[in-house]
Amino acid sequence: MTATTPGPLQETSPIFVGMPKFPQAARTALANTQQRRNLRHATHTIRDKRARVVAEVPEWEALRVAGAQAKDEALTHLGDYLEQLEASLTANGATVHWARDAAEANRIVLDIVRSKEVDEVVKVKSMVTQEIELNEALEAAGIHAWETDLAELIVQLGHDRPSHILVPAIHRNRSEIRDIFRREMGTVGRAAPDDLTDDPARLAEAARLHLREKFLRAKVGVSGANFAVADTGTLVVVESEGNGRMCLTLPETLISVVGIEKVIPSWEDLSPMLQLLPRSSTGERMNPYTTMWTGVHEGDGPQEVHVVLLDNGRSHVLADRVGRQALRCIRCSACLNVCPVYERTGGHAYGSVYPGPIGAVLNPQLRGTASPVDRSLPYASSLCGACFDACPVRINIPELLVELRGRVVDEAGPSAESAAMRAAAWVLSDPRRLAGAQRAATTAGRLVGSRTIRSVPGLGAWTNARDVPTPPTETFRQWWARERGTETP
Amino acid sequence: MSARDEILARVRGATADIATTPGDRGPVAVVEEASPGVAETLILFGENVADYRAQVVRVGPSGVAAAVGQALREHGCRTVVVPDGLDPAWRAAAQEVARVLSGTEATTHLARDTVDAVVTASAVGVATTGTIILDHRADQGRRELTLVPDTHVCVIRADQVVHDVPEAVARLRPGPDGAWPLTWISGPSATSDIELQRVEGVHGPRTLVVVLVEGPEA
Repeated sequence: MTATTPGPLQETSPIFVGMPKFPQAARTALANTQQRRNLRHATHTIRDKRARVVAEVPEWEALRVAGAQAKDEALTHLGDYLEQLEASLTANGATVHWARDAAEANRIVLDIVRSKEVDEVVKVKSMVTQEIELNEALEAAGIHAWETDLAELIVQLGHDRPSHILVPAIHRNRSEIRDIFRREMGTVGRAAPDDLTDDPARLAEAARLHLREKFLRAKVGVSGANFAVADTGTLVVVESEGNGRMCLTLPETLISVVGIEKVIPSWEDLSPMLQLLPRSSTGERMNPYTTMWTGVHEGDGPQEVHVVLLDNGRSHVLADRVGRQALRCIRCSACLNVCPVYERTGGHAYGSVYPGPIGAVLNPQLRGTASPVDRSLPYASSLCGACFDACPVRINIPELLVELRGRVVDEAGPSAESAAMRAAAWVLSDPRRLAGAQRAATTAGRLVGSRTIRSVPGLGAWTNARDVPTPPTETFRQWWARERGTETP
Repeated sequence: MSARDEILARVRGATADIATTPGDRGPVAVVEEASPGVAETLILFGENVADYRAQVVRVGPSGVAAAVGQALREHGCRTVVVPDGLDPAWRAAAQEVARVLSGTEATTHLARDTVDAVVTASAVGVATTGTIILDHRADQGRRELTLVPDTHVCVIRADQVVHDVPEAVARLRPGPDGAWPLTWISGPSATSDIELQRVEGVHGPRTLVVVLVEGPEA
């Protein structure tokens, strides 16, 4: 088989440089009881809804296979499909840009925005623009990037970070949100009403009024895309609130940043995707709004349409024959909602915009394993396998986690653990050595007697949460010989 | 090397182990949810649309205009925008209840956010998901018409309702005359971003009335 050549890794974005390793960040998160209560409620509610609507579909497993096949077809021939996508987009009046990394993508967007002589853009919720930290890049250039999804607005006004792919402000409760709106809305636009309560309907109404003037005024919209159809040049955004429709329709200029793994080969591949995504994501039969646009539509919507195709580490992941399946991810967040680790720690501990099980496999592949957090992420799992069962495109996350653990261990070189394992292999591979070792252990057992061994020097990390089993005073072979005499066990 | 050429070279290097060519997989696997029958499909469509708390009104072909007028009256709509290609009878029904603006007249009013409602036809309905799809041809109008007003009255014929998503996708494939923009609508605008409590009506129309037209002439 021909060897593959990986593209360059993604550079860790400024916000996440120096993140502590997962167990350390998780310990802080676990101490936040409010957050744990919110997360438990959220993950359980969404996973129950998901289970109900998935059960309605008789051929769910066949759909998962179809979804995985569509993405695999695109990923394994990505060069061809990207060229086809570019040609279809261009034929329909869109301008296609290519960005090797975050900095290049941000520069492209900034140049377009500057050429329009505006000082603000409205944004549709998008994971990829968070990944490249586009808002920060625009703000640094004096351009306001207004997040228009309600949860993203809460996160942005709260000077906070998202903690869930689908419901990014899930770590906040209603009274915190009311306080943020009261304090912050007036500083960036229409203020929250004086009598604002913490009723979610009132809070949503305040957001509607706050954002409406921005929608109606904005000249430039920025989005991502859930899917990019190669053979038609159609981009797809799924959403719930209508903020996406506003941003995709009202501005004169639309800029969409699209990861190169978002391409699907043909129009017909939209079927399994639209059957899988809403049920897996929000637990609805279909999300309230989906917008599909194919370049420029004369007299309807933005008359200048830009698409920025972004690599940023994806071509590195793609070269890994096992790891490339992670690029199938359609960002539904079903794996987060079923994960016992995520449910307790929340999203911030993962040190990336991609949290939960998919983040634990995607981040160390996109960014490599040089940083403490990326090295620790493959261990942020109990390997229970619930994420694989929930994944609509059949990403075998547990398999990838084990694979990545192996890589992390190999890269770390010899350790006390690997020395101990090698010694154990040497002893276990020869019956005489094993018998000798067992005799030595019984000697230790007789010395310890009935006392409990609470710690062993050099095994601090292991023994600080566990007792060491007391060695027996007799081996099984010795017991057999004593009880049964000369019979061979 | 340009970013384009470099990314394409990276991607080809990363997939150098692949021996197949694009399309070797054969036709796209379509997973259908079979319809038990036309009547059942229409019932399911009505149920699923109503399940999103959209209002469903079932009428015969002669009852559409009255249903449109009734919906606008019920929701207290005073200013209504209608796309230029809307059925003249529906337009006349709207005129009896409200001030009617044509799609082309509406621009300034939409910008000032002073339009109460919009009346449109539709392109496709999907029963298993309770979805209405607009392709924004002349009887539906450009996208902003159905986005800014708070009430959307949407008329769909029984023969436009398909059973599942693959059927809808097949009907909507862009043809040789070019692609239309599509809006898939499943119930009114909604959010669950605050403690997962569902709130209806964030940015899109808060009230959605679906007039389903059944009968021989439909």
